[in-house]
Amino acid sequence: MNFDKELNARNLSCPLPIVKTKKALNDMTSGQVLKVFSTDSGSVKDMAAFAEQTGNPLLAQEEANGEFIFYMKKK
Amino acid sequence: MAKKMALISTKGTLDMAYPPFILASTAAALGYEVQVFFTFYGLPLLRKDLSGVKISPLGNPAMPMPMPIPVAMQMLPGMESMATMMMKQKLKKHGVATLEELRDLCLELDVKFIACQMTVDLFEFDKSEFIEQCEYGGAATFMGFAGDSDICLFI
Repeated sequence: MNFDKELNARNLSCPLPIVKTKKALNDMTSGQVLKVFSTDSGSVKDMAAFAEQTGNPLLAQEEANGEFIFYMKKK
Repeated sequence: MAKKMALISTKGTLDMAYPPFILASTAAALGYEVQVFFTFYGLPLLRKDLSGVKISPLGNPAMPMPMPIPVAMQMLPGMESMATMMMKQKLKKHGVATLEELRDLCLELDVKFIACQMTVDLFEFDKSEFIEQCEYGGAATFMGFAGDSDICLFI
């Protein structure tokens, strides 16, 4: 999937993946896609909750080698 | 209109310092307008220097320790510093932010910190020890915001 910006949130615990995602989105323009890498298993539910509450659509998510990858579109 | 969250932080141990900063930064990231009122032992969390924030295994039987330490030993000098050092190492190992980092993130996300003026007077705190980004107020100041908040927690 195409993306415009990458965020490395590996080895960070709650709430840093969410807070750093928010900060990364702040620097982007509407329609751009952010790719987030996380190793926090709690971030699976948290990213979905973040997307739902902020209205930034979570386009896709993958899990590979103990890492979680999220694609979030800035609303 | 943005949702609002109002927190009262009343405890200043290392473990209890985390919840207000975690919840405040998360809520702010989710678009909430957030205010945290720091009172009594929560107030030292607004100090510029947070190195005095400690944890004690004494009176805290739920704290996981690598080996059981009898209560009579827990009160010995140095135990508190040792427990604090161990806890900080554990937090770091697991990628948990430091209190300073979380507090800075809150400020970046426009979380408002209110310091309890009564507590400042009561414990004769020196305001110059506190971060400049906090305001001073009392219970009525807090009610003004908390009164129409969506989430209100006493920690």
